[in-house]
Amino acid sequence: MQTFDLEAEGLRALNSALHAQAANTNQTVWEIVNPKGSHAIAVGLDAPIEVNVKGHTGYYCAGMNKQATVHVHGSAGPGTAENMMSGTVIVEGDASQYAGATGNGGTLIIKGNASSRCGISMKGIDIIVHGNIGHMSAFMAQSGNLVVCGNAGEALGDSLYEAKLFVRGSVKSLGADCIEKEMRPEHITLLEELLERGGCDAKASEFKRYGSARKLYNFNIDNAY
Amino acid sequence: MCGIVGLFLKDAALEPQLGDMLTDMLITMTDRGPDSAGIAIYGAETAGKAKLTVQSDTPDVDFKGLDSELRKRIKGNIAMTVQDTHAVLEMQADQVDVARGALSDVRPSVRVMSHGETLQIYKEVGLPKNVAARFDIRKMSGTHGIGHTRMATESAVTTMGAHPFNTGVDQCLVHNGSLSNHNSLRRKLRRLGVHIETENDTEVGAAYLTWKMQTGSTLGEALQSSLDDLDGFFTFLVGTKDGFGVVRDPIACKPAVMAETDQYVAFGSEYRALVNLPGIEDARVWEPEPATVYFWSHNSAPTATEKAA
Repeated sequence: MQTFDLEAEGLRALNSALHAQAANTNQTVWEIVNPKGSHAIAVGLDAPIEVNVKGHTGYYCAGMNKQATVHVHGSAGPGTAENMMSGTVIVEGDASQYAGATGNGGTLIIKGNASSRCGISMKGIDIIVHGNIGHMSAFMAQSGNLVVCGNAGEALGDSLYEAKLFVRGSVKSLGADCIEKEMRPEHITLLEELLERGGCDAKASEFKRYGSARKLYNFNIDNAY
Repeated sequence: MCGIVGLFLKDAALEPQLGDMLTDMLITMTDRGPDSAGIAIYGAETAGKAKLTVQSDTPDVDFKGLDSELRKRIKGNIAMTVQDTHAVLEMQADQVDVARGALSDVRPSVRVMSHGETLQIYKEVGLPKNVAARFDIRKMSGTHGIGHTRMATESAVTTMGAHPFNTGVDQCLVHNGSLSNHNSLRRKLRRLGVHIETENDTEVGAAYLTWKMQTGSTLGEALQSSLDDLDGFFTFLVGTKDGFGVVRDPIACKPAVMAETDQYVAFGSEYRALVNLPGIEDARVWEPEPATVYFWSHNSAPTATEKAA
């Protein structure tokens, strides 16, 4: 295992070392100590490596991730796993606003709560939150799945496209064009796999599904000029 | 952007280190706003006395003989402590308004930074580390304090545009964000007789809170109504004689992190500002909810969810 002291060696050296890892690297497990809320830790990785961050992180941790597993043993700041392409990001604590924003693929697991705008404009990522999520989550979400074992804040799924939202607890309010939808067997099967992947202690049957009513501007031909 | 920090001490043993801890927290936030910086410190109280903290761009001229000239105009003694561009004038609490009136006669170029029994506000244009060094903030002790480092968006980079803003006796405000209805609200408040000096948006927010409290609202009610009457983005940290409060606008895009231990409650725009506080590894760390007023007071049991009085 490679141990990297972020406070001593600095962010640029860390990200350069992680970017230098190729698919066949022998340095498959990394531990980052003294993150101390620093920004942009382990961004832009593109190798099947495991990075354990021992502490809280600041803005944009694990952004643009490909292939790698980034595990934050603490809470994460704004924009965690933003625009992730593949791989896995796990946050043991809470995540601040816009976690997983614009993510194209991979899995983001948040074991605490996520703040506002979780999964905003998500494009294929799977986001699994053990706790609650804040307001305006999944705004304009295009595809992928958002699973929330707790409650959702105001305006969930506003202007939603084709992302699937599963919430076990209460939803404070639904955003424009977001509605509750039927849980069909294929959704139960999908959700069971997501809960398993996320390590959630919850049953798929306890969740409700929300999605787009497909009535907004771009869905309705009568809105065209 | 702008960076905000705040520290409310529960453990009196930490009081001599308040200025030192706040300075480190504020310097860490320098890259959120390098234009100007300021700190409000709630220090020791002398029974029956109050402090007027004043500022001058030409302190050598303005502060020379200022105490003796004011002494002729007020009852009782006056003690002046000059620190760089600021001076703290301590006098009988009931003489402060007289002294403020006299000050505008004898030294029209001197500006009032704060008025309080325990509050002192120091602020200037420049980097947090330089501003803190000019006023020797590290040596200051106190029960609680708040700090701000500014990236100006709505008005000029000047001393009067720097935060914190004094909103009333022993009250102050710092702001991260930008208010979008400050021009119309400034006109409204001025018509109601409220004095607003600059074109700064936060000064309008501060004047709004002052006006609400002068017309019968508690601080908690004033903060609650700010959610309806102020348009724009804000995370506010407000200081009072016995504590501090936090409120974020309903959109809450301006960041905020809080930490609480048995020794203190700390606020930072980012967790980075809190990393060197004692016992932070075991602190309860969380993000304050949008559109929710939080308050901690030395006069009652502090809790995270307690609404302001």
